[in-house]
Amino acid sequence: MDIIRKLAFEELRADIPPFRPGDTVKVHVKIRESAEKERIQVFEGVVISRKGSGISETFTVRKISYGVGVERIFPVNSPRIDKIEIVQQGRHNRSKLYYLRGLRGKAMRHKIRNKRALY
Amino acid sequence: MGSIKALMGKKLGMTRVFAENGNSLPVTVLEVGPCVVLQKKTVEKEGYNALQLGFGEKPFKRFNRPMQGHFKKAGSETGFRYVREVPVDNPKDFTVGQEISLADVDTGALVDIVGITKGKGYSGTVKRHGFSRGPMGHGSKHHRAVGSSGMSAYPSKVIKGKKMPGRLGGKRETQKNSLIVDVRPGENLLLVRGGVVGAVNQMVLVHFK
Repeated sequence: MDIIRKLAFEELRADIPPFRPGDTVKVHVKIRESAEKERIQVFEGVVISRKGSGISETFTVRKISYGVGVERIFPVNSPRIDKIEIVQQGRHNRSKLYYLRGLRGKAMRHKIRNKRALY
Repeated sequence: MGSIKALMGKKLGMTRVFAENGNSLPVTVLEVGPCVVLQKKTVEKEGYNALQLGFGEKPFKRFNRPMQGHFKKAGSETGFRYVREVPVDNPKDFTVGQEISLADVDTGALVDIVGITKGKGYSGTVKRHGFSRGPMGHGSKHHRAVGSSGMSAYPSKVIKGKKMPGRLGGKRETQKNSLIVDVRPGENLLLVRGGVVGAVNQMVLVHFK
């Protein structure tokens, strides 16, 4: 078992900043268009869940794109992620913010607003 | 792997690795070798070319005298839990007592893996042969039972080989063409894509091609 854990540990990335559900992040995703061309696409939204552990950990980012809710799930340690920027820290009142799916616009913004910003 | 065609190893478990293109691959980690040559079998003497290999330490006191002598002949300080024969083209290239480790295997090559599948006990036809089951509700009383085992007055018997419930698993199985994802000769580790037959800590035979 230890060897397995060691192998997984080698794959972990040290450059991922600590972020939690509720935070608004910009995920810079590497997109390979052809063998030569590679570009970066930014996916900005609210982290609504982090699940799994170690090498298998993933997080879900939700954003509203042209009025449609879009969610992307990324492996935290994926080499396809160029970097993760934390735009705004959010309220961390629970670990899974799936209830945001039922909210729109201002109602959603209220829910994830930083506590410190409130007072 | 030179001229040796197979080595013994141990299944350590599963994890995942990221490929260069960013894809996540499920891998099984195998500890392969080192195996010690215990005996050479040649066409002249035994009628075929093979090496008898030992893998996995087991103390001498667990063996009887003849077996201890056999291991000592190879200059070994311990006995081996697993002793298996592996075909080679030319046994003269090897010496008794030689340790064979994982070396010069290419990532991207394919291997066949032989192991013993996990025992499932006495299993029904749904699990064992993939029969469909009956409805679980709506007044049905035919859930996972076997169903008809054949015709009536003719032939008045069950045809031989009819698939029925019985022991499932615990059998030697060869899994063909597993992709080698990573090789670490220093640590005797071999990472192959996907699952491997059998339970963790079980001996597997890795056939190189």
